[in-house]
Amino acid sequence: MDLFNNLALGFSVAFTLQNLAYAFVGCLLGTLIGVLPGVGPVATIAMLLPATYALPPVAALIMLAGIYYGAQYGGSTTAILVNLPGESSSVVTVIDGYQMARNGRAGPALAAAGLGSFFAGCVGTLILAAFAAPLTEVAFKFGPAEYFSLMVLGLIGAVVLASGSLIKAVGMILLGLLLGLVGTDVNSGVARYSFDIPELTDGIGFIVVAMGIFGYGEIIHNLSHPEDKREVFTGKVQGLMPTKEDFKRLVPAVLRGTALGSALGILPGGGALLSAFAAYTIEKKTKLKPGEVPFGKGNIRGVAAPEAANNAGSQTSFIPLLTLGIPPNAVMALMVGAMTIHNIQPGPQVMTSNPQLFWGLIASMWIGNLMLVILNLPLIGIWIKLLTVPYRWLFPAIVLFCAIGVYSTNNNTWDIWMVALFGVVGYAFIKLGCEPAPLLLGFILGPMMEENLRRALLLSRGDWSVLVTRPLSATLLAMALLLLIIVLLPAVKKQREEAFVED
Amino acid sequence: MKIKSQKDFVSGLMFSIIGAAFAFGATKYSLGTGARMGPGYFPLLLGVLLCIVGVVVAFKALVVETADGEPIGKIAWKPLGFIIGANVLFGILLGGLPGLKIPAMGLIVAIYGLVLVASLAGDRFKLREVLVLATVLAVGSYGAFVMLLKLQFPVWPTFITN
Repeated sequence: MDLFNNLALGFSVAFTLQNLAYAFVGCLLGTLIGVLPGVGPVATIAMLLPATYALPPVAALIMLAGIYYGAQYGGSTTAILVNLPGESSSVVTVIDGYQMARNGRAGPALAAAGLGSFFAGCVGTLILAAFAAPLTEVAFKFGPAEYFSLMVLGLIGAVVLASGSLIKAVGMILLGLLLGLVGTDVNSGVARYSFDIPELTDGIGFIVVAMGIFGYGEIIHNLSHPEDKREVFTGKVQGLMPTKEDFKRLVPAVLRGTALGSALGILPGGGALLSAFAAYTIEKKTKLKPGEVPFGKGNIRGVAAPEAANNAGSQTSFIPLLTLGIPPNAVMALMVGAMTIHNIQPGPQVMTSNPQLFWGLIASMWIGNLMLVILNLPLIGIWIKLLTVPYRWLFPAIVLFCAIGVYSTNNNTWDIWMVALFGVVGYAFIKLGCEPAPLLLGFILGPMMEENLRRALLLSRGDWSVLVTRPLSATLLAMALLLLIIVLLPAVKKQREEAFVED
Repeated sequence: MKIKSQKDFVSGLMFSIIGAAFAFGATKYSLGTGARMGPGYFPLLLGVLLCIVGVVVAFKALVVETADGEPIGKIAWKPLGFIIGANVLFGILLGGLPGLKIPAMGLIVAIYGLVLVASLAGDRFKLREVLVLATVLAVGSYGAFVMLLKLQFPVWPTFITN
């Protein structure tokens, strides 16, 4: 059994006292910082990256993976308790998680997120271990045309998932794609839309956009309501464990979320964010059992499924990174940076030339997930204490951590001016009823889409039909089209509008 | 003609203007051909698309009836100004503005500045409470970010450290 031998090798690497300690420290630090509202895994990893420079490569990667998982767990906690998505993939967790917290059910929501994530993490790790090699070959069939079509499908999916007007969501995606193009064009070296500002030639930082729009925009919006109308819940938190009834509902949701997340996480460009969104829509499309709370009002399935999906997705999103060297999301891009610092070139050769690192990392992922459950369930009490902190103390602290986080990614005050700009933009979006999540997705995919389109058209000598003549690419585009048609069907359209009506 | 959805009309206008601006900017770069996309090709495509989307959104806002006219509502100038102002002040105090000869005051002063200004955005402002909060955050940030994480910050004003 190859898998057995490989995993045994991995565990023998991960189970040294030193590496266990690094995994633990990574998880702890990641959770600590990730739980701060507005500080997601990208900012956390960026902040903690320098701490790993001095470590041996295996230990450094294990610690970084721990930080990543910790930050994700912390991010979901913040999403549920403070209505601030610490990271883009917990945007959907906010919807029902925060409503549960408002109804005094923060405990079960946190437990559902934690247990769902742990289960998904175990499955994701197993899939990563078992299928990394064979899946490489499937992924190798993807040419630039397929990548482009895949991203189109992902973006259409995001449109369908945006609440409110479809066409406005399309506008937000296009706006995001355009913002993503700001900076030096990798192909020609031309600095686009940089207005001769040196900082802009590096592009606009993902953290700046996310923190400005999701952090500052939300805070300003929250503060614009008079105190009594503000969305701060005062309900008492009772009991941590979900009820039997809850379990009955969340187990199938977790299973669905895990399956979906594992599948979508492998696809480049999608990863945790896309799988969380997709899992939430699927849950929303399934029929409500009698007596069940509707979605958007605090349904436990709306927390468990996206959390499981995003954790499974974040696990399997290591597959394209470790097998192809392609970072499927911003976090993985940071991992590429970390690996390069330690003289490891991510790609197919890692598995063969450095099996200890490859399998050790995989084994420590499972260990990290286990540590997080052990760490988080008893510590939930501390997170819940956050509820009792009045918003007038909390919001200056959030603003401060955003400012510090933004500054520390580049140690440059330029990013502070940019986050101020995006804070104003974020508030404007809220006032205009424009959903910002599709913009963020477009922003990440912008440069990747351009590059793949460029390559696809270069190979086809400028013939756009390459996107539909290659079977895999055509299938992906057909799926995107089908999705659009389904959503635009009058009957479905009406239902969709009803589904997204919020109070 | 009456605007039937204020929110959508302004959104459409915003999309159109930004799309047009990006498309116009793209024409300054080499466009290339389909087979050899220049730096202006993809942004021009997206900019034109965004502009069209904006026109459609604005047109729908003029034609499709809504129940209440979907007004944008009042802009919350007070939180907007104080939150963004606090952020900008933090940047100025932390790093200084060499262009305007404003010296860097360092992290601790910047934290006090940010917390004081940001707190003005809320409904209640009690100076003593805010000062306590600022002190807690300053000490906590120093411990967590400077001592523990060893992030590179100018902690104290430059005229003291130099």
